[in-house]
Amino acid sequence: MAEVVLSSVSKSFGSTIALEDVSLTVPDGAFVVLLGPTGAGKTTMLRLISGLERLDAGDIHIGGRKVNTETPAQRDVAMVFQQYSLYPHLTVRQNLEFPLRSPILNTAEDEIKRKVNEVADILQIPHKLDNKATELSGGEMQRVSIGRALVRDPSIYLMDEPLSSLDAKLRTDLRVELKRIQANLGATFLYVTHDQIEAMTMATHVGVLNEGKLVQFGTPREIYENPNSIYVASRLGLPRINILPSEIFSSSAAGAVTTGMRPEHIRQGSGASAEVVRVEHLGDQTRLHLTLQGHEITTLAEPGRSYERGSEIKIEPKDPLYFDENGNRIFGRSI
Amino acid sequence: MSFSVTEATTRQKWMAGTLVILYAVISLIPLVWILMTGLKTPPDSISYPPKVMFEPSLEGYVNLFTTRTRVSKETLESLPPPANFAEEIVRNRDMVIAGPSKFGQRFMNSVIIGFGSTFLSVFLGTLAAYAFSRFRIPLADDLLFFILSTRMMPPIAVAIPIFLMYRNIGLSDTHLGMILLYTAVNISLAVWLLKGFIDEIPREYEEAALIDGYTRFQAFYKVVLPQAATGIASTAIFCLIFAWNEYAFAVLLTSGTAQTAPPFIPTIIGVGGLDWPAVAAGATLFLIPVMIFTIMLRKHLLRGITFGAVRK
Repeated sequence: MAEVVLSSVSKSFGSTIALEDVSLTVPDGAFVVLLGPTGAGKTTMLRLISGLERLDAGDIHIGGRKVNTETPAQRDVAMVFQQYSLYPHLTVRQNLEFPLRSPILNTAEDEIKRKVNEVADILQIPHKLDNKATELSGGEMQRVSIGRALVRDPSIYLMDEPLSSLDAKLRTDLRVELKRIQANLGATFLYVTHDQIEAMTMATHVGVLNEGKLVQFGTPREIYENPNSIYVASRLGLPRINILPSEIFSSSAAGAVTTGMRPEHIRQGSGASAEVVRVEHLGDQTRLHLTLQGHEITTLAEPGRSYERGSEIKIEPKDPLYFDENGNRIFGRSI
Repeated sequence: MSFSVTEATTRQKWMAGTLVILYAVISLIPLVWILMTGLKTPPDSISYPPKVMFEPSLEGYVNLFTTRTRVSKETLESLPPPANFAEEIVRNRDMVIAGPSKFGQRFMNSVIIGFGSTFLSVFLGTLAAYAFSRFRIPLADDLLFFILSTRMMPPIAVAIPIFLMYRNIGLSDTHLGMILLYTAVNISLAVWLLKGFIDEIPREYEEAALIDGYTRFQAFYKVVLPQAATGIASTAIFCLIFAWNEYAFAVLLTSGTAQTAPPFIPTIIGVGGLDWPAVAAGATLFLIPVMIFTIMLRKHLLRGITFGAVRK
């Protein structure tokens, strides 16, 4: 396990800038989650660290060693691709053994057997070990793909949305399992996901990427509670943060153009009156869709209270987040 | 024409089956004719109307593998009884076996040159196709077009320059010369065919192998090659069929040491009359290696073994 440091890393493909001057430290034993929409540069970052792509500028250090010119094999990283890429001509067992049999690891036979069985148990696939890789379902393939990383003990595990193709139950199981493995081994993870629950529950650190730039890096709580822009604020939170013009409300911060309100920033019972457009019962929560002077707001119902479609409720912001005209956060109390 | 995405009806199946069988019969008639002629006696082979029912004889095969001399009745009677069936057949025509013919040797030449050039074409073609498929090569498209352009004229159009060049550098009538020539002709086909197959193998496999601790070449060998087996097999079959059947260059550039079977078989006709059974026997034996090779590689030709392990 090792610390991974990116210093002023840039990468472009033709005229498309994938990453621009990104500096990021993945501390030893940390679980860093990268957030950002498609095209933000998350996958490129993983591929640069793994050595599948060459840097245009900057340096990458793994465990204090500069790896800019090293091959993927020399860097000792494990990677799970978004598109699970099992070797189709091999069985599940041979797929899992593949990295252990590489000339670099060259593991002893009994050790290979032990590790493969152990990982197969974790991933709930021991009965599939002798199947051809192509005979598996999508979810099983992805588990084998994760397994091929887990049999190793690399400097860092790079995972590109590894759980996105799994069904909800398996996803929860594996999320817990990955976190347990990470905690037990003290392994370093760099993990790309779109899933808020994965980000919030697994991460020790969250990095938010926007158009090739790292716009915020911190603990999941920091990112959630103290986003430095509308962009970062919209990455986390279900329902999403509501962004409204500040002039709607009587109180605002100096220079604030927009006010961002998560459900917990909306106090019901006093303030401006909004119309209930739709009530969604999700089981563990009930979502309210409101309109306030033509702006849509999504918030959560207060427990024990009933709402009628078309009725009016009063809402007002409570310690909301303020943003300037560029969408950057204004840190200041409401006036 | 109407078609259905559901199961074909019984009538459609019958019609399809009949058509396929009809086509197979029509394509097989010449082959069957050759097979039959090889087993006829020379008089049967030229009888009119042609004989469909005949008494099979191995005379064609005996004539193919031997050279014979005519001897007088007295000499024939003074000889000890025939040692084997071949001698018996030959003596029935008032001849004795003088020695083996050159067919075996020519056939071996065909094997060496055909398989040698096939191996070389596929080997070089795979490496080149992999490079074109995976690496950023300056002017890659132009190079690929250049490689293809070597097939735009019939190879025989350059027969005279090649003949002169080969004579000057001593490649005329050598195995190496023929292997190089057929490789040069086949390589463009090999590169283009294989590039298509390798393009279809997702890069993710190699990238996964690179990360799993293998070098680029090991990843190529362990991951790409097994999956390109289908393409390699079909390319090899095409290359072999060309090199195996090639006639014009073989006539022009070989006469003895490296002569292949195609130019040799017709020369049988000139030796002692129109010996059609021997020619047909030669043609039949000549068909066998390509047939065996194709059947051996058949399982690789079935696609589908690599599908489904990468999510698109």
